[in-house]
Amino acid sequence: MDLKEGLRAETWAKSSLAENEMSKRISSNNPCFTDFNSQQYQQKWEDPSILDYDIRINPAFQEFNQPPQNQSSLPCDPTNQIKNPFQMNENLQTNKMQDWDPKAMLNNLSFLEQKIHELQDLVHLIVGRRSQILGRPDELVAQQQQLITADLTSIIVQLISTAGSLLPSMKHTLSAATPSMGQLGQFGGVPFPPGAGLSDSIQVQNSCAKKVSNQSNPIDLVGNSGTQQNHAVEEHDLKDEDDADDGEQLPPGSYEILQLEKEEILAPHTHFCTICGKGFKRDANLRMHMRGHGDEYKTPAALAKPHKESSSEPMLIKRYSCPYAGCKRNKDHKKFQPLKTILCVKNHYKRTHCDKSYVCSRCNTKKFSVIADLKTHEKHCGKDKWLCSCGTTFSRKDKLFGHIALFQGHTPAIPLDETIKGLAGPSDRREGNEATSKIGSTNFNFGSSVPNGTGVSDMDAKGES
Amino acid sequence: MKKQRCSEKINLFDLLSEEIVFIILDCLNTNPFDKKSFSLVCKSFYITESKHRKKLKPLRQEHLPAVLIRYSNTTHLDLSLCPRINDHSLFAISKITSFTLQSIDLSRSWGFSSSGLLSLTLSCKNLKEIDISNAVSLKDAGAAALAEAKNLEKLWMGRCKMVTDMGVGCIAVGCKNLKLISLKWCLGVGDLGVGLIAVKCKEIRSLDLSYLPITNKCLPSILKLQHLEDLILEGCFGIDDCSLAALKHRCKSLKVLDMSSCQNISHLGLSSLTSSIGGLQQLTLAHGSPVTLSIANGLKKLSMLQSIKLDGSVVTRAGLKAIGDWCVSLKELSLSKCDGVTDEGLSYVATKHRDLRKLDITCCRKISDVSITHVTSSCTGLTSLRMESCTLVPREAFVLIGQRCRFLEELDLTDNEIDDEGLKSISRCSKLSVLKLGICLNITDGGLAHVGMCCSKLKELDLYRCVGIMDSGILTIACGCPDLEMINIAYLKDITDSSLLSLSKCSRLNTFESRGCPLITSLGLAAIAVGCKQLIKLDIKWCHNINDVGMLPLAHFSQNLRQINLSYTSVTDVGLLSLASISCLQNMTILHVKGLSPNGLAAALLACGGITKVKLQAAFKQLLPQPLIDHLQARGCVFQWRNKVFQAELDPKSWKLLLEDTVP
Repeated sequence: MDLKEGLRAETWAKSSLAENEMSKRISSNNPCFTDFNSQQYQQKWEDPSILDYDIRINPAFQEFNQPPQNQSSLPCDPTNQIKNPFQMNENLQTNKMQDWDPKAMLNNLSFLEQKIHELQDLVHLIVGRRSQILGRPDELVAQQQQLITADLTSIIVQLISTAGSLLPSMKHTLSAATPSMGQLGQFGGVPFPPGAGLSDSIQVQNSCAKKVSNQSNPIDLVGNSGTQQNHAVEEHDLKDEDDADDGEQLPPGSYEILQLEKEEILAPHTHFCTICGKGFKRDANLRMHMRGHGDEYKTPAALAKPHKESSSEPMLIKRYSCPYAGCKRNKDHKKFQPLKTILCVKNHYKRTHCDKSYVCSRCNTKKFSVIADLKTHEKHCGKDKWLCSCGTTFSRKDKLFGHIALFQGHTPAIPLDETIKGLAGPSDRREGNEATSKIGSTNFNFGSSVPNGTGVSDMDAKGES
Repeated sequence: MKKQRCSEKINLFDLLSEEIVFIILDCLNTNPFDKKSFSLVCKSFYITESKHRKKLKPLRQEHLPAVLIRYSNTTHLDLSLCPRINDHSLFAISKITSFTLQSIDLSRSWGFSSSGLLSLTLSCKNLKEIDISNAVSLKDAGAAALAEAKNLEKLWMGRCKMVTDMGVGCIAVGCKNLKLISLKWCLGVGDLGVGLIAVKCKEIRSLDLSYLPITNKCLPSILKLQHLEDLILEGCFGIDDCSLAALKHRCKSLKVLDMSSCQNISHLGLSSLTSSIGGLQQLTLAHGSPVTLSIANGLKKLSMLQSIKLDGSVVTRAGLKAIGDWCVSLKELSLSKCDGVTDEGLSYVATKHRDLRKLDITCCRKISDVSITHVTSSCTGLTSLRMESCTLVPREAFVLIGQRCRFLEELDLTDNEIDDEGLKSISRCSKLSVLKLGICLNITDGGLAHVGMCCSKLKELDLYRCVGIMDSGILTIACGCPDLEMINIAYLKDITDSSLLSLSKCSRLNTFESRGCPLITSLGLAAIAVGCKQLIKLDIKWCHNINDVGMLPLAHFSQNLRQINLSYTSVTDVGLLSLASISCLQNMTILHVKGLSPNGLAAALLACGGITKVKLQAAFKQLLPQPLIDHLQARGCVFQWRNKVFQAELDPKSWKLLLEDTVP
């Protein structure tokens, strides 16, 4: 606490000084650890199988766990880890501070402080437990560290976004924010090993093997968490594709309206490599591509998907406007209904204002402007057996009936094969009886108990004995 | 002289305008032969009669075109006597009657397809009513053909089991003016089809959805129908309490509701339903959940209720009391086969609902003279009382019925303790038209004589197994009840030809059952055949003394005969062949007729052009040539092969013992 407050005061009071100091500290710290890091990574990437690698580490790791003095040093780790990015981010903030609201910042920081406290408690808890369970430590440790790293990354991201809100450039375009976030992520990622290293500096010097084992785990975990995040983000993307317009009612002015240009919307790629200029549809693909440009892009932090700000952040909500004049989704429209995400914008623009150039190869009638829509349709094409007299087909009967109920003059269309059948053979009642008894999974038993029972016979049944 | 008279008559009728002749013809309704004789008088009468007839009920499809051309003003075509109607017939009907036809009944016919229906609905633009029930092979294409009848108002399509939501959807969209639709047993139709009917056909007044697999989903739209009066939801298992509780809409127009056999509805659902339909007049809850206090209280809100039917449900004492406490005055109450009806409950209900007109307490075996005393003293306006098998009611109680309920028109006393004193008292009900006394073993000719003397309006009399009745009793009935249409004297072993001779005076008799009367002979039957020309149904099973001599006059005079049971008679090939000349004959039961040869039977069946159902001994299946059977089946005849053991003798005594064993 003391340390933190001191830090805050320091950074706010003499930002330039702190910045200098920090950069110095980083520069002084980084050489050895980055060296170590790269070494470690090389080892990892070069290794034919990561599994092997894990196995090799495990014994060493257990060894490391057993000495009690090592354990006692652990609680210090996370705090240190946190402090470092904290300071750095503060520096970054102060770097570009031009116009900011100190009160909001104070709020944000106290929020962060709370989070850090929570994390601290968690780590304490872990320490307490670890002394109890010594049986299968590797699995437990992995889980715990995963937890901590996840929390840490969220703290970092919040920090970044807090800082980001101060940046004038971020207020206008989101695309500008993404790279900067990436950068920050990179920044945030790097300090982990040094943080851990600092506390264990003696050990590091003492035994190289132990150090490797100690370091390897957090790094590995960062990598893990990075991939997990990617999954999560991809899922989120999918949700966006649904273009869910849940008709949310935001009061006008409570959100920020962004409007992309037509060219921007229709551009095939949105993520470009800063080095070679190659375009990508997805940021994840870009990050994978970046690995080829050097080792610095291979760090787990660099590969990790930059976090989006969590919802608890009191940031201004962003909504999007369609550039097509007169469209309801255009911000000049009287009953303007904003779009939620960029993906919504893209899908909306293509669906409503572009030609439907994708034709279903199966039915050759349905056209789509969004290729995903075509694919969705092709999955069900041919299965639409519920037909209306207007020619519209439906995959579900209730949808057809809803359609018929809505429109005057539309009637259900009876499939042609049945009509032909109906016309061809004069219907025979006995046939019908058989057929219905087949259909009748129902519990009712009609005249079929009588061998050749027709309707007539059933009806005349009364009056005989 | 004769010529003069004739010319005078023609002149007389020439003065009358066609309309006046039509009005005269309208009055000739009692006997179907009257109009026929009228048309046979002369050419102009023939033409007048053919112009006058609006309703046609032809027997054979072969004659359809000719008949339709003769009766060019036909608006109602009832084909229920033609078992086979093919597409050609429907084409002919649609061509000839394209402007006049308003109603067609195809409920007993088969052999047509959707194309025949389509031609009918397309050309007969005035068609308002179609009955296509029992068309079990009709598919959605057929339903789509029906949908072309744009002016259709009434449509019965019960048991059209192949029709699905799609077909009904077509009808819903096509027939906008639909006022009545019956979808009973259309098992392919669900919520969607019914829902669409409710959405598209706003004029619906009557809706029969019995036994459909519908659930709560279509109910809101049904109850939104502005004019809906009749709603039948019998056996709709998919409807439950939750759905009814969710109903918010009030249906003011609904008058008749039938929710029989809806097993998943308890008092909760009912009370929520009744709160939304306040104007209900008639409610049927047969075979439903037990009628308890809560149910009866739930129904209290129905302030317009006049009739309630609880047949087959369990009724508690508290439930009955609560029904008695309703402020409304019921006109009709049916507790037929209800478990738990006691003297206390029924007496209470009867004393509260004094305006009761119809009461059905069939098989309420716990009630005694206490109930009858209360019912007769308070409900003096009863017109219909059905109390079959109320075995605890003593014979004295029936005297009260005659003394107090003078307005009775229908009385069912089957299997009761009534005696001659009771019959004498009941004979005071001068309006009595239906009297059922089956298995009343205490009555004799003396009691029946009172009925014969006083109940001149009697139309139906059931004396099944009333062993005390002899010829003199039947004689008084035959003399005193000229309007008699139906009489059952089955197993009255003392009845002889003299009874039949006296009954032959009842010219309106159409149903005559004399099964198991061993003393009657062909002579008596001949008298019936000559006297009762409107005879439709005849049962002479076990009448050993009836032989071909009886068949010949029957074949000659009873041209309306449709159904006959000849089992255990002495009829031979000759008699059966002669019966084949009755063109109306549709239904024959011929079991254990000794004198019958396979060849004779084959010839008779071939000659009976309109036969639709024959019940035969299974042994004949091998003896009759298979091509003949195939041919007859193709013509629309159904064979029922029975393998009953020959009973050498009729034994009423052992029957009585059996009966006493079963009834505790």
